[in-house]
Amino acid sequence: MRRRKFEELFFRSLMVLATIVVGGSFFLIVGTIFYKGIPYMNLDMITKIPGGGFYIGKEGGVLNAIIGSLYIAGGASVLGLIISVPVALFINMYMDGQKFLSNTLRMAYDVLFGIPSIVYGAFGFLIMVYFGIRASLLGGIIAVTLLVIPILVRTLDEVIRTVPLELRDAALSLGATRWEMAKVVLRQIRPGIFTAILLSFGRAIGDVASVLFTAGFSDNIPTSLHQPAATLPLAIFFQLGSAVDEVQGRGYASALILTIIVLIITVLAQILTKKFSKHKSQ
Amino acid sequence: MQLRLIKDKFFSKLMLVLTLASVSVLLVIGIGLYYKSIPLLHKLSWGQLLTSSIWKPLKGLFGFYPFIMGTLWVTGIAIIVALPLCLLTSLYIVEYAPARVKRILTPFVNLLSGIPPVIFGVWGVLFIIPLIQKFIAPHFVDFSTGYSVLAGGIVLAVMIFPLIVSIISEVLRTIPQELKEASLSLGATKWETIKKVILRKALPGIVAATVLAISRAFGETIAVLMVCGNNAVAPHSVFDTGYPLPALIANNYGEMMSIPLYDSALMFAALLLFIIILLFNIISRVILTRLERRLVA
Repeated sequence: MRRRKFEELFFRSLMVLATIVVGGSFFLIVGTIFYKGIPYMNLDMITKIPGGGFYIGKEGGVLNAIIGSLYIAGGASVLGLIISVPVALFINMYMDGQKFLSNTLRMAYDVLFGIPSIVYGAFGFLIMVYFGIRASLLGGIIAVTLLVIPILVRTLDEVIRTVPLELRDAALSLGATRWEMAKVVLRQIRPGIFTAILLSFGRAIGDVASVLFTAGFSDNIPTSLHQPAATLPLAIFFQLGSAVDEVQGRGYASALILTIIVLIITVLAQILTKKFSKHKSQ
Repeated sequence: MQLRLIKDKFFSKLMLVLTLASVSVLLVIGIGLYYKSIPLLHKLSWGQLLTSSIWKPLKGLFGFYPFIMGTLWVTGIAIIVALPLCLLTSLYIVEYAPARVKRILTPFVNLLSGIPPVIFGVWGVLFIIPLIQKFIAPHFVDFSTGYSVLAGGIVLAVMIFPLIVSIISEVLRTIPQELKEASLSLGATKWETIKKVILRKALPGIVAATVLAISRAFGETIAVLMVCGNNAVAPHSVFDTGYPLPALIANNYGEMMSIPLYDSALMFAALLLFIIILLFNIISRVILTRLERRLVA
């Protein structure tokens, strides 16, 4: 009897310990980034592009990378959304009664979601070589769009499935076509679309491997789709590899900037999701 | 009336085209990468490529063995570290934790999953590397810079925490309450119920989560690249440096156009990753879908 009680207690403590490690790792990471990044943080970092001698420790900031990342993540999310909304609608509305096909499609998007970004990067590079596009904003947007489509499709799919079937049936029974029904559903899931955009934007802005081959790098803010664009994660990676302490420090500060951006996006997405699920239960 | 029907037809076709186009990316990636690997496969056989450990692109020698081993070591360590921790955490969250704790914990797991890979890499360099160099390695080996497959494994483990925890929690929630109650009413302690009923029931789900986590770890690039040391020799201990496949691709894209067959070799590396991850993903998804269906039935 004592042994059983002891075993229970032992494993229970082990679970609490594991939970603390897993939950604590978040604080450990964010804490480390803040601790190392704050000393190097200043206004120049987010308002200036790299000046002459930036990479040996002279003045400048990473505005080029921040803007570049926003362009790529924004462009890819918008482009991805234009493709994903019809796809999610199609799987849910037009494939009624074809359970096997729609489930196979869902699985295909799940698998696409699992393909690592480096493979998307390599594939994006192949496309660019094929069409003769040089490393540029456009190339980056293409590769990242491929990366976010599965995220968008699966998120939108989940959201559309929360729309009550009666609503669709009501629309159909009034003589609406499937497309008119789809418009009704689209109006219902508007908050869900925002969540999906935020999720894809968060993934897109933090990814390195997909833009490594495709977007190039530049100290200037791109003014056209055909110019190379710097991205924040890549800037962090390059700065960290530097032998100059000051540049490495700026890498920590850039990491801090990226962390803050991503945290804000993730928190917003969570708040929206919560709001949306409240709607649903009513 | 006509117009409405035409509109409906038009949009239905448009959606079909978009759906087929975006799904076929899966196929096109595979074909494209294979097509690009053909020059290399003409020169060397699959067997040679996978088992040779000589990597000398300038002499046209491409042996992927060290990189495959690097990937396996890093992934193996990550799973060994992450799986027990995540299993215990999921059990705690689902079976023990009071609602209040659950409400606080879940958002943090989500936040962790949102952190970009490069930030994990920076954290690895700033925290894990010094930890290994100063506190862990001295107990086992004479000297280590800290850049090792162990560092890569630990960083990866933390990266896959959210994935494993969310899937296993999901699976644990599908286990019928009656089963647990039956076991508890027979006098079993909670842990005994977990050990003999819940874990046994959840086993396929746990396997699926592990397979999915492995495939995620396989493809992770930048964080691993930053902490692994990147030395093209197969590692023999956890303190050796390693050079996983994704890091190989990422590190050498700059020079791949100047050396013959080099681009083909890197695309072959991408193809390898693609094939392995494709298989693993399909396996785990099939298991998870079956579980879901059994639940509905």
